[in-house]
Amino acid sequence: MDLLTLTAAATKLVFDPYVLLVMVGSAAFGLFVGAIPGLTATMATALLVPITFFMPPVPAVAAIVTATAMAIFSGDIPGALLRIPGTPASAAYTDEAYQMTLKGQSELALGAGLVFSAIGGLFGTAVLIAAAPALAEIALKFSSFEYFWLVILGLSAAVFIGSNSVLKAVISLLIGLLVASVGLDNPGGYPRFTFGNTELMGGISMIPMMVGMFAISEILRFVVNIDPPARVLVQRLGNVFAGMWALTKKYPVQILRGSVLGTAVGIMPGAGADMASWMSYALSKKFSKESEKFGTGHVEGIVESGAANNSALGGAWIPAMVFGIPGDSITAIAIGVLYLKGLNPGPTLFLNHPENVYAIFLVFIVANIIMIPLGWMTIRLATNILRVPGNILMPIILLFCAVGAFAINNTVFGVTITLIFGLLAYVMEENGFPVAPAILGVVLGTMLEENFVTSMIKADGNPLVFFERPIAAGLGALTCVILFWPLASWLVRRLRTRPAY
Amino acid sequence: MRIHDALSGLLLALLAVAILVTVSQYPPIPGQNVGPSAFPGVVAILLLGCSLLLIWRGIRGERMPLVVMGAWTRSTRHAINFLLVIASLLFYIFCSEFFGFIITGTLILAILFYVLGVRPVLILPVAIVSTLVIHLIFYKFLRVPLPWGLLQGLHW
Repeated sequence: MDLLTLTAAATKLVFDPYVLLVMVGSAAFGLFVGAIPGLTATMATALLVPITFFMPPVPAVAAIVTATAMAIFSGDIPGALLRIPGTPASAAYTDEAYQMTLKGQSELALGAGLVFSAIGGLFGTAVLIAAAPALAEIALKFSSFEYFWLVILGLSAAVFIGSNSVLKAVISLLIGLLVASVGLDNPGGYPRFTFGNTELMGGISMIPMMVGMFAISEILRFVVNIDPPARVLVQRLGNVFAGMWALTKKYPVQILRGSVLGTAVGIMPGAGADMASWMSYALSKKFSKESEKFGTGHVEGIVESGAANNSALGGAWIPAMVFGIPGDSITAIAIGVLYLKGLNPGPTLFLNHPENVYAIFLVFIVANIIMIPLGWMTIRLATNILRVPGNILMPIILLFCAVGAFAINNTVFGVTITLIFGLLAYVMEENGFPVAPAILGVVLGTMLEENFVTSMIKADGNPLVFFERPIAAGLGALTCVILFWPLASWLVRRLRTRPAY
Repeated sequence: MRIHDALSGLLLALLAVAILVTVSQYPPIPGQNVGPSAFPGVVAILLLGCSLLLIWRGIRGERMPLVVMGAWTRSTRHAINFLLVIASLLFYIFCSEFFGFIITGTLILAILFYVLGVRPVLILPVAIVSTLVIHLIFYKFLRVPLPWGLLQGLHW
């Protein structure tokens, strides 16, 4: 199919009243969840998944893409008005935005967040559209060796980027991989770690597990929080679009730099919107002509990192769609949904269902465009949304989680999984074990094992075969460098600091 | 709840050993050198290595008790909140079939609203309406067979 027929087919898939309705509904949901402190974009996705389970593929993906894009933007709202970031992706510039509110410029802070989020999002989408099909062409030539290295590369990047303790991140990842090996789905079809339980034969269902890790753990943190709730700085908000054109003309380099950096960070496995916004805020401050104004209510950093965190979303979908390797926990959940919908990510997706791929591209564009009017409405309603009491909201989310976990297989066993993984995630985070590597481990575990075993059988005891094909050798070498870098630098440091006898 | 790194390392090491023992009894695939035990085996060995490293780092690191409970455990109210969230899910797991979704859901919400300090006049109305809305979404729109339980006669 040529590009024109594909675009036409994709347009028909997306501009369907049902899909548009789903998008508007999930946009409203995402904006609401993002604006409530304590409810993250990842949680929005996890809560949506049980519902998307019952939808056809295109609306299901549309719901997730739209909700996450909106939640990442609307996390700016409580950041500016309460000094509490709505989602971790807004944390980098929360102080800046709050300082602007104290100066009476909350319209400017929120407007910049909204407009440049949309621009960054569209930039990330453009890169996704340009890069993904081209990469898929190359990926078609990959054998199990390349995939093996690619998954290892993705997982090691996930562990080394964005975690305070590499050791704890590795342990979290290994736990995820072990969770993935439960059940019959393995070479030999032997029931592993099922303890004779028939429900465990099919493996641990991903959706109840994610609902537990991202929603139940958050509810537990809420009910034991002993800090008093923050007070809303109630005030009328004026026109948020005033001055945006002037900002665009004043900071074109910053917008571009934020979008490029955000997309690049998004592509890297394990680093998502949060990391993109921290890095780009720091970069903005470093290169700014007025870096002394940063932290006192200066809009420049918000422009740049606002663009960065939304462009990361598009970037994260590139490895997710082309290789089935998620860029962050949100795409990890999205990949789970793609599998459930029979749209197994990978280069063959571009061959077998190109119209669905282009529909996903189109969804990204539409989501970033409707963000402007819907985001504007949310800002108008912001002071009301922020008054929604958590003590009513959290129990309702809890019940919703229970039903959502039940709905996947229509058994309460799903609820049991949710409870166990909710507690596990709570304890892990309290002790500095990051949760994201575990999720990546679960999502990639089956794929890793499949390619590992196939490659081992092909290699027939000769490990050098893993490096025989050129791309595999390159990926393998890169992986080894990343894996042994910390070890080598630690050794060097140790040898240098060792006192001379 | 903060657990000493040495203790969590020890627990993880035990888990890894248990997995290695279990995996060693898995049958091989005839004629192949890798079977169902290969992958979990490799992962468990890596986990064992990492947990030993964690134990070593824990012993050399800051001195702290083996387990430190969070500040909230000293506040009875918050400890009850925590236990009630878990109890609600357990109640759902064991009793939703018998009582049915609507009764289970309303009870869970009403109790949690009460302990979290929602205004008393709001508790029952909000609990009932939210349960019915969730029921409507999942039972009617998504056709999930939520149990009716005691209300079987009323089902619509």
